[in-house]
Amino acid sequence: MSGTNALTMDKPTPTSLLDTGAQGIIGKGLDRVDGPLKVSGSATYAAEHAIDNVAYGVLVGSKVARGKIVSVDADSVRGLPGVIDVVTDFETFARNPQQGGETTAPTQGVKDVQYFGEIVAIVLAESFEAARDAAQQLTVAYEEAEGRFDFDALKGEAEKPAASDQVPPHFSEGDIDSAMANAAVSIDVTYTTPSQNSAAMEPHASIAVWDEHGALTLYGSYQMPTSDAQQLAKALGVSAKKVRIVAPYIGGGFGSKLGIAPESVAAAIAARTLGRPVKAVMARSQVFDATVRRSNTEQRMRLGADASGKLTALGHETLTSNLPDEGFFEPCGIGTHFAYAAPNRQIDHDIVRLDWLLSGSMRAPGEASGMLALECAMDELAEAAGIDPIELRRINEPESDPDTQAPFSTRQLLRCLDEGAAKFGWDKRGKAGTTRDGEWLIGMGVAAAVRGNMLMESSARVTLTRGGQAIVETAMTDIGTGSYTILAQIAGELLGLPIERVSVKLGDTDFPPAAGSGGSWGAGSSGSSVYLACETTREQLAKAMKVDPEALTLKDGEAIADNRKVSIGELAGIDGIVATGTISPGKQEKVTKQASYGAHFAEVGVNVVTGEVRVRRMLGVFAAGRILNAKTARSQCIGGMTFGIGAALTEDLIHDPRNGKLVNRDLAEYHVPVNADVPQQDVVFLEERDVHANPIHAKGIGELGISGAGAAIANAVYNATGVRVRDYPLTLDKILDGLPAL
Amino acid sequence: MKTFDYARADSPEAAVAAGGRFIAGGTNLLDLMKLQIETPEKLVDISRLDLAQVERREDGGLTIGALVPNSDLAANAHVVDGYPVLARALLAGASGQLRNKASTGGNLLQRTRCYYFYDTAMACNKRAPGSGCSAIGGYNRILAILGTSAQCIATHPSDMAVAMRALDAVIVTLKPDGDRRRISIHDFYRLPGDTPQIETDLEAGELITHIDLPPPPAGQQLYRKVRDRASYAFALVSVAGIVSVEDGKIASAALAFGGLGPMPWRDPAVEAALIGQAPSDAVFAAAADALLAEAKGFGSNDFKIPLTRRVLIASLRELTGASA
Repeated sequence: MSGTNALTMDKPTPTSLLDTGAQGIIGKGLDRVDGPLKVSGSATYAAEHAIDNVAYGVLVGSKVARGKIVSVDADSVRGLPGVIDVVTDFETFARNPQQGGETTAPTQGVKDVQYFGEIVAIVLAESFEAARDAAQQLTVAYEEAEGRFDFDALKGEAEKPAASDQVPPHFSEGDIDSAMANAAVSIDVTYTTPSQNSAAMEPHASIAVWDEHGALTLYGSYQMPTSDAQQLAKALGVSAKKVRIVAPYIGGGFGSKLGIAPESVAAAIAARTLGRPVKAVMARSQVFDATVRRSNTEQRMRLGADASGKLTALGHETLTSNLPDEGFFEPCGIGTHFAYAAPNRQIDHDIVRLDWLLSGSMRAPGEASGMLALECAMDELAEAAGIDPIELRRINEPESDPDTQAPFSTRQLLRCLDEGAAKFGWDKRGKAGTTRDGEWLIGMGVAAAVRGNMLMESSARVTLTRGGQAIVETAMTDIGTGSYTILAQIAGELLGLPIERVSVKLGDTDFPPAAGSGGSWGAGSSGSSVYLACETTREQLAKAMKVDPEALTLKDGEAIADNRKVSIGELAGIDGIVATGTISPGKQEKVTKQASYGAHFAEVGVNVVTGEVRVRRMLGVFAAGRILNAKTARSQCIGGMTFGIGAALTEDLIHDPRNGKLVNRDLAEYHVPVNADVPQQDVVFLEERDVHANPIHAKGIGELGISGAGAAIANAVYNATGVRVRDYPLTLDKILDGLPAL
Repeated sequence: MKTFDYARADSPEAAVAAGGRFIAGGTNLLDLMKLQIETPEKLVDISRLDLAQVERREDGGLTIGALVPNSDLAANAHVVDGYPVLARALLAGASGQLRNKASTGGNLLQRTRCYYFYDTAMACNKRAPGSGCSAIGGYNRILAILGTSAQCIATHPSDMAVAMRALDAVIVTLKPDGDRRRISIHDFYRLPGDTPQIETDLEAGELITHIDLPPPPAGQQLYRKVRDRASYAFALVSVAGIVSVEDGKIASAALAFGGLGPMPWRDPAVEAALIGQAPSDAVFAAAADALLAEAKGFGSNDFKIPLTRRVLIASLRELTGASA
């Protein structure tokens, strides 16, 4: 038996089989099904696939920021022991990665070098060590050219970026200048954030294997295999059918592996040239230099309110940076559009073209940076107006989407704030600069979290076998988030199988095409596709049982109905049941405003001698639809909140002012928070179902935890010290001047 | 990594006779070799030599084998009791895994963490003499404000060595000709001048075998490290302090600093400003003035000057029991 089940989200789905399933595993905090493989080192990551006769490739980065390559002196290293060849292709190599979800090739061509570290060649050898040595010795001659490296100096040349489907580059309504002039209380301040790197644990890596028919299998660390395969095919000039991407395990992505990166193109070209498989693993410094950064930002915030605190003016004008000809701009104002309403608004994005490496999506593009400014500006307005920051948000809670007046599908922001305040002890917060514990100034901060919800087209195939096992197959990925586990829980709940009897296979474009991991859409999109497939399976089981599907109870591998109990495997029959589900976005995303919400609370200590900031505790209260697995969802939020610590306090990707080159391109000097920086973090989820989002009623959660988290910390630093630092990260040198004399 | 020869030494004498670059824990050298910042033609593995003991001498001092792991040294009862400044400095450095591998002798010889030293695409006089200093005019947040030259503004990254300098450690070596030397830590490190690639007084092939500490000093001890994150970050500024107060006056003082200079920094003028004085903020400020008289920032590290002043004053308050 087989069947298909496609759903376009044009209408709400008032009920979900997940609420009536008998297995009782959905939502439970089950351990990751892939956990034992990962902790025992037997999960196979991109560079670990055992491929016969593989040649080791080491990438060579440009040693100038701008200029033309005059020559690559391959002969200088060809004679070294173990070296096979040097391969470059000035037209085909990827100048930089592609953005996520695109189906076109990344910008190609490396003869004209556009940024320092751009990948210009790959050295192949019989061992990694020989390839690395030769790559270090390879002489590449350049004709150097002038470049644009100074963001501040070039701000005057900022341009309006091309339209984006995420957020309009420019938006205005009413007259913000007059509203600011007439406001009872107002602030007009500018926040800056630096470039950041995702710093995923696993570096970018690809193994390229061509077969005799000209088909490529790429074992790669990529978040969206379905579109990545199309990007790679376009880059290589082959049919998309000829490219298969295999990515069963991915050691973190955070956006940096959404689109194909230069190492995959270089490995594929080298493998085709050599006629043998090629492995290319980026060095950590190359991940920094030549993949993708979160853009630096400069954000002018103008908030005006009447005497009651009601916003009359809301301005959020952002400058970010990217390479010429790249469409992406950091959409900082995306959350500002619906977080608060005001009759006079201006939300603009302009971009400065620089010869720095590509900027693109990193965990919560838009909200992550934008809320560092918006939620601190709200804190500043609250202070100026003499209103508690939570009350200020209550006063400005919109009734519907300020842009379209569409109703919110769900919105529990105020409840998140109120429950968080009670749990955190918000009433104990003192006035700025008044609470002290020995050498430490203590402060508390709050910030709202908003993150738009997305649904992407995604398919999955579920096979129910005669043995009573379910096999889920989809080109979805698990980048450390828990996809394997939640998809097994959804299938198990719907089919009445314990999780041990569900096998999930991911990360292979030979499986049904899927949304992949990005934008927090993975669980909702791929989970819905599995749900739809299982819905069909249930119907077929009911048919085999000769009852209505509604009359069927599935539990522990047995179907119960009509006073009969039959094993599910037996009902599946000798050929089993194969069902494919496909979810597609529809009108619901227009007729309702869909987002997930939360409230962040942070307590910090600021050392009164040194200005060192240490986070003492954090609390996040979130509402994001159905929570599919309490443990993996909590882990996602903790990870996001930890990113928030980095954004607020430590992460600062430095571009050398002379050539745009990254200065701190290793994990010793690019400071992500480590264990000692991460305090007690509590996470609370509010009960919620979003019937407008998808049939599983779940919404995105992977990026909600970062949105606003850093702002809560920055607001806590202000509350501790009375010093308002508007230049992230809040390193001690920026705080020192404002500390009391010793 | 360049191809290299490897030999394992079974005695200190064999090690110095082998003629190569010594490797013990390898926590710094291997990283540098992978990046081809260090390209030794031969490695002599000294990690199995019998130099991993901490012994108490008759004079009450300690003799520390060069191969004692940082973790073991930090946990040694004699160190914890008599030299808490050293234990705290050790535990302030690196990570647990690195401290398990890193040796006492190797810790003294860590290379700088200057961003440009690590980046072979950029000029660095320490890595490639005569190529220039990219840190001057570049980004220099973690770099030096004292003891710099026009050729180099690198800092020495060790925490342990800062405590050793406050403790007047003596470095015991064996030379290829069989001679032993005892080098005061105060004479061990070199300023960069025009030869930033030369960092210590060690001669070619000379092996550190032991570090001697004098008997435990009188007074209070402290190690305070200021850093950009709570773990696994090098010092922006650190202070190793040992101060005794008798009859209301500072009787002795030893203050060494990390993160400020090309070597663990100690300036007799700082101690001269303190000894014989009754502890007070005015006296502490005078000590800070003495320390920072020649301090020079290079832009992104300018903050170290006011930061050091505050940290020194706070440290002296703690060491002397003086209140604000």
